[in-house]
Amino acid sequence: MERILDVTRLSMDFGGLRAVNAVDLTIGKGEIVALIGPNGAGKTTFFNCITGIYTPTEGDIHIQLPGSPRLRLNGMKPNRVTEKGLARTFQNVRLFPSMTTLENVMIGCHCRTRAGVLGAVLRGAGTRREEDGMVEKAYGLLQRVGLEKSWNEQAKNLPYGAQRRLEIARALATSPFLLLLDEPAAGMNPQETMALKDLVRRLRREFDLTVLLIEHDMKMVMSISDRVVVMEYGKKIAEGTPAQVSADPQVIKAYLGEECDA
Amino acid sequence: MVLTFPLLVIRVNTTEKIVTWRWENLLYMGLGSFAVSLVWPMLIARSRAGRTRNEPQRKEESAPPQKGLARWLKPGAIDSRAVLALKVLALFAALIYPLVASIYQVNIMASALIYVGLGLGLNIVVGMAGLLNLGYAAFYAVGAYTYALLNHHFGLGFWTVLPLGGVLAALFGIILAMPVLRLRGDYLAIVTLGFGEILRLVLENWNAFSFGPSGISQIERPGLFGMAFTVASATTYIYYILLGVIAITIFVTARLQNSRIGRALVALREDEIACQAMGIDKTAVKLTAFALGATWAGFMGVIFAAKTTFINPASFTFLESAMILSIVVLGGMGSVTGVVIAAFILQLLPEYLRFLADYRMLLFGLTMVLMMIFRPQGLISTENRRTAYPMMDKILAAGNK
Repeated sequence: MERILDVTRLSMDFGGLRAVNAVDLTIGKGEIVALIGPNGAGKTTFFNCITGIYTPTEGDIHIQLPGSPRLRLNGMKPNRVTEKGLARTFQNVRLFPSMTTLENVMIGCHCRTRAGVLGAVLRGAGTRREEDGMVEKAYGLLQRVGLEKSWNEQAKNLPYGAQRRLEIARALATSPFLLLLDEPAAGMNPQETMALKDLVRRLRREFDLTVLLIEHDMKMVMSISDRVVVMEYGKKIAEGTPAQVSADPQVIKAYLGEECDA
Repeated sequence: MVLTFPLLVIRVNTTEKIVTWRWENLLYMGLGSFAVSLVWPMLIARSRAGRTRNEPQRKEESAPPQKGLARWLKPGAIDSRAVLALKVLALFAALIYPLVASIYQVNIMASALIYVGLGLGLNIVVGMAGLLNLGYAAFYAVGAYTYALLNHHFGLGFWTVLPLGGVLAALFGIILAMPVLRLRGDYLAIVTLGFGEILRLVLENWNAFSFGPSGISQIERPGLFGMAFTVASATTYIYYILLGVIAITIFVTARLQNSRIGRALVALREDEIACQAMGIDKTAVKLTAFALGATWAGFMGVIFAAKTTFINPASFTFLESAMILSIVVLGGMGSVTGVVIAAFILQLLPEYLRFLADYRMLLFGLTMVLMMIFRPQGLISTENRRTAYPMMDKILAAGNK
């Protein structure tokens, strides 16, 4: 399998706290990889390092696309990382609340379009075409996640599950090759979670995506992922297929605690 | 009552060295506060009731079938033709105004129009991008001084300097934006406030450059192909220039709002981190917002200098910035119509309330307090505004076939 994301010995310090400690991770094209671990294990920090919100203290992040040179992402601004094709969602939904559903997705198209201030004011044929293209693309994405009926509603008025799906649609609008989902199923009921699982799988197929997700819902993790990576106290403690990981004694220890002999 | 006692009841007459005790004022105060305390809870209760009344309505709106009355309650359901007619009427009234009104009235209206322009400019920064700017008058000053100085030293005309003033103000906008890129909210407000004061103090104290507090006088009025104007016709001319510039401003802001850049500005206001994660260059967008906002202040500054023919730093105090900001807040952040209306209210009301001279600032303050309590979103709320996307109509029409 071609490797598209290569993280080597990534560490992130906050003052004296080492939130992420020398984590290695390689993701191949088309994989769905789940990142799990107890609360505070450093999963979201790891995400933030990859997407440029934090600059890692040590280690390297490289992306490798077929036909283009290997690219180092360390210290790149979040918007540049997104331009390179990594899109993310947030653990606590971060939509643009007073904008409509359609406009939220259109914001995602921002980095793939060009119109500037002058274009906005003069609104020539080129700008209009670009704008129409954006609307078309955004509406198409809303259809993919099943939100086309509420295209003209404000994001804050959507039900919670729909907001999560909208976030995914918005991320897809940036035309990514790697989608990073931070707890996409948090707060969803079992039916919604299963629907989300199908959605992620379908999107992977349709958009030729690779997915890295953080998730706490074990049912979802076990059924969706090709590979599972477990973190605890900032370190990677296990990696393998869902079956391998769930049998790993260290993982069981991390989640359930140690067995007592006495 | 205790607090206002020394102010209202005791009057010290310094020339005759006597103290007058105005006990009757105490009675008025008591009666007044009693009345307010009666009416106050009632108003609060009404505003609360209004809010709860509105909630079920909102739910009705989201339900798909809308017939009869419900359709009329929907925001934006007011006939667009009626709105257009109103706009045409307003434009017509604005155009014939100098023909029917006295020169004094035209002058007042021109001053109000300057504030419309300033409000619309600040609206881009504060209303759309959510960057609280308390030093906006500084850019206004940049425009005014650009014209005054270039005219004084090099005799450059109004039309040459108008674009120059805009560009220079934009440049200052970028200079200010550079160091404050990381700041937001209160911190940003404080730095912009400081910037405004610094600029004013420089103008006040750098005598060699700006002629200090005495200012610059005898600035040329705008000319029209070398024609000389009387004071009256010059005022009318300025009025029309302003009208034209405001029309352009409204056009530009409206276009901007419904564009890629405009959406990026709003996204920046709503969530900065998500905005960046969606591939929007935060730095570029902030610089754009500051530069755009400052440009209009620059234009208005040039026109202001040409209109009054005299400027000094006292015209660009913090009070000026606060006034422009109140226009934006009162009008409703991000709403073009709201800002225009608010600018007229805040500028014309004090003018026509001159007979209440002693109390007009009091009334002004009262209005602001009442607004904040009963309509914090401003006169015209942008909450439920929807942008029309022609492409969407096409898609939906195609889908229905």
